[in-house]
Amino acid sequence: MSALTLKVNGKVHNFADIDPTTPLLYVLSGELALRGPKFGCGLGQCGSCTVLVKGQAVRSCITPVETVQGVDITTLEGIGTIEKPHPLQKAFIDEQAAQCGFCLNAVILTAKALLDKSPKADEKQIQQGMSRVLCRCFTHVRMLRAVEKARQEMAR
Amino acid sequence: MKNSSHVASNLSVTPSAADALERAGFSRRSFIKGTGALIVGFSMGGVLLSPEIRAQFGGAEAPPDSPPAGEVDSWIAIASDSSVTAYTGKEELGQGMSTAQIQLVAEELCVPFHRVNLIAADTSITPDQGVTSGSQSSPANFNHANLAGACATAREALLQLGSNHLSIPASDLVAVDGTIRSKADASKKVTYGELVAGKKFALKVDPNAKRKPASEWTVLGKPMPRPDMPAMVTGQFEFAHNVRVPGMLHGMVVRPGAVGAHVMSVDESSVAGMPGLVKVVVKKDFVGVVAEKPWQAAQIARKLKVTWSPAPELPKFDTFYDHLRNQKPTRDTMLVDSKDVDEKLGEAASVVKATYYHPYQMHGSVGSSCAVADVQGDKATVWSPTQGVWHQRDSLVLLLGLKPENVRVIFRRGSGCYGLNGADAVTFDAALLSQAVGKPVRVQLTRQDEMAWENYGFAFVIDERTGVDAQGNIIAWDHEGWSPVLGNRPGYKNPGNVITGFLAGFEPEEFRPRSPAPEPRNFSNNSNAIPSYVAGHVGGADHGAGRIKSERALLHNVVSPFWTGPLRSPQRLQNTFAHESFMDEIAAHVKADPVEFRLRHLTDSRLSDCVKAAAKAANWETRPSPNPRVRQGGIARGRGISCVAYEGNNGYAAMVAEVEVELATGKVSVKRLMIANDAGPISNPDGLRNQCEGGALQGMSRALGEEVTWDDHNVTSIDWTSYHSLPLGFDVPKVEVVLLNRPDEEATGAGETAITVVAGAIGNAIFDATGARIRQVPFTAERVKAALTS
Repeated sequence: MSALTLKVNGKVHNFADIDPTTPLLYVLSGELALRGPKFGCGLGQCGSCTVLVKGQAVRSCITPVETVQGVDITTLEGIGTIEKPHPLQKAFIDEQAAQCGFCLNAVILTAKALLDKSPKADEKQIQQGMSRVLCRCFTHVRMLRAVEKARQEMAR
Repeated sequence: MKNSSHVASNLSVTPSAADALERAGFSRRSFIKGTGALIVGFSMGGVLLSPEIRAQFGGAEAPPDSPPAGEVDSWIAIASDSSVTAYTGKEELGQGMSTAQIQLVAEELCVPFHRVNLIAADTSITPDQGVTSGSQSSPANFNHANLAGACATAREALLQLGSNHLSIPASDLVAVDGTIRSKADASKKVTYGELVAGKKFALKVDPNAKRKPASEWTVLGKPMPRPDMPAMVTGQFEFAHNVRVPGMLHGMVVRPGAVGAHVMSVDESSVAGMPGLVKVVVKKDFVGVVAEKPWQAAQIARKLKVTWSPAPELPKFDTFYDHLRNQKPTRDTMLVDSKDVDEKLGEAASVVKATYYHPYQMHGSVGSSCAVADVQGDKATVWSPTQGVWHQRDSLVLLLGLKPENVRVIFRRGSGCYGLNGADAVTFDAALLSQAVGKPVRVQLTRQDEMAWENYGFAFVIDERTGVDAQGNIIAWDHEGWSPVLGNRPGYKNPGNVITGFLAGFEPEEFRPRSPAPEPRNFSNNSNAIPSYVAGHVGGADHGAGRIKSERALLHNVVSPFWTGPLRSPQRLQNTFAHESFMDEIAAHVKADPVEFRLRHLTDSRLSDCVKAAAKAANWETRPSPNPRVRQGGIARGRGISCVAYEGNNGYAAMVAEVEVELATGKVSVKRLMIANDAGPISNPDGLRNQCEGGALQGMSRALGEEVTWDDHNVTSIDWTSYHSLPLGFDVPKVEVVLLNRPDEEATGAGETAITVVAGAIGNAIFDATGARIRQVPFTAERVKAALTS
């Protein structure tokens, strides 16, 4: 057990006594009670637990918390709010791009990392970038449409 | 004045509403005074109200059981600000049912959409509507009974109250925006809040209360956005996974080392002293651990040494379908039998036969199942993503040995389930662990435990046989299926129908062999074992969607080595894959166009209309399959059609698929899916489109890649590398949805129609492209390639 510091959504959190091998997800959803990152598979396969670490989409279910001490971690809550949604969040509302909504965290944050890095990504590149994200309701048509809509908005 | 029709005409209440008012305790005389207004206050104290209902609205201790479905107050409560709280037993599972129900309430009660608060599926406060499944929510709540009936009854009552209050005949009043006002003078009005103000209607739901005609809808029938979207996209939404209870501990389960293995011993010393350990729990073959934190629980569960008994070998994966066909004993069900099928087949100009194979598939929720249970002493409260809170409650009563009135199950949305995923099992897990430690416990399954032990969608072997006459028309159709079953939804009394209940000592519902099958007495096509093209003659009348008079449909169930349960379009999807592939084979055999050939054999105009609409959307080229055109660049292109009258009459869909097949590899790329769907009157066209689009692609994933696999002792498809679901980034086809609105028909199911027809449409398109018929799902590249070279 050890003490460590996490910087999540711009806020610093100190943990006095934590198993450093604990996956980041458990700290975010457990200690910090965040609802964005979710446990889907625990294997880094589906993306439900995605967070942004220094802007990169990272699977927090397989990321030991000790490896992300002190760096900027952003969760779905951190990119926008109901009152002021991020263009991606707004596009997903506009396109009604969800069914159960469990995978939205994975989809939106993976898309954000992709579009921040490649603002001119074309259809193929977007598909490629989303190819490790799972939506079992298969809301794919709307989700990809929403990502493209947000891409255009973000590029403006 | 005692004549009920007179009362009705005076009051604009239907005769049965007047009867209902009388049954509810109102003297008919009290309806009629002076202007004919209803002199019924809602302040009649407790006289007309059961203590349960009173408790529900009074904030007193929760009633022991669900409020009765026959009472308006069980469904609707109006506050002093005229906002409406509606109670429903039908859950939001991601299918948009909450939004549609809010639209229904807003429409029938004439209040704005945002003024309706919907509370769903809580055993203490909402009416018992069984399970949210089987495409039954729209038929249940959007026709004349239940929620729709309660709203319509309440609107009629509000008009009467307004009439009384304003001294204006009800026929001269209108309900608008939560007020009753004069049609002639909008300034003469009274709000619902003023009329009702938190008091009770004390009325029976009147199934004859007049629903607003679809032509007058302003909220229903519109593409209302889902109110849960903003919270979902910003990470604010509370899933079952996010439920937190003070003092909550975390549990993990340890499932058997092999299918059918029993606990020999549990070595608690193997985890002694591990951080956070609260307790190791063993109940017969159920093993779990409770710890202070979830990561601790995960590590302890992994480390706990459990010795399991040797288990019998599973049937061989490679020869499973032969095993299935030959397994004894069977339980046989005859769905339809004209008794002349063999004779007609003997007379036929030619006989066509084929056998189709469908694997076990899994619900495979993207989030593994999760529940929170708080069992302390003789009381239990659970937060569960189950599709049936009342089933769950009664099963928990058996599992925990508590009284029904002391168990409350509250629905919280989980990851999309598509049927019986791990939700019920994990709720049992949490409850057993909570009871063992006397504190609230949260359990979320591991990916492996979710996938290895859920109740899989049914495997099937299906033989199809038809006789065709000299003109190329089908004269007889013989269908025979084999399918394994074990367990099911827990229902009200079978916790052993899912893994946890079984491990804790409860048997699954009994398999009762029966052969030969008894004569069919009533027509039922819930399984779609009866093809759309036959007459469905049972009990002296034709109930089917087609013309073929000589017909037989027989099902053999056998015991499954794995748990089974309803997976989106259970049996209907597998049977429809066989029927629609086979119909295509017969059309090719007689060199007929597949669309024309279907229409020729159908009598049901709603299904025919779907077929025509899908063909039109696809710009269907009329010709027999396969496509005679030359293949180019190693790619063959084709199109296929498939259709279903879901459960015979609970929704209609047709789909055209366009595919490309890479001839060198057998890889199938689906380019376009065109769906025509008829669900009766459309509550929310955008929601329905979303269901059709999702159903189409989920069906495509199931058709192309999904299959449960196993070795001698264990399921081996236990994660997303071994169970093949199409990810977000695959080459998504264009999906086009044509909605056929039927405002004058009854509402039907809408969530399972599109998915039902996908495998048939894609398989037929592969045949059209290549001339190779794939009779086994999934259509993997290897399987297609093998068919191409055979």
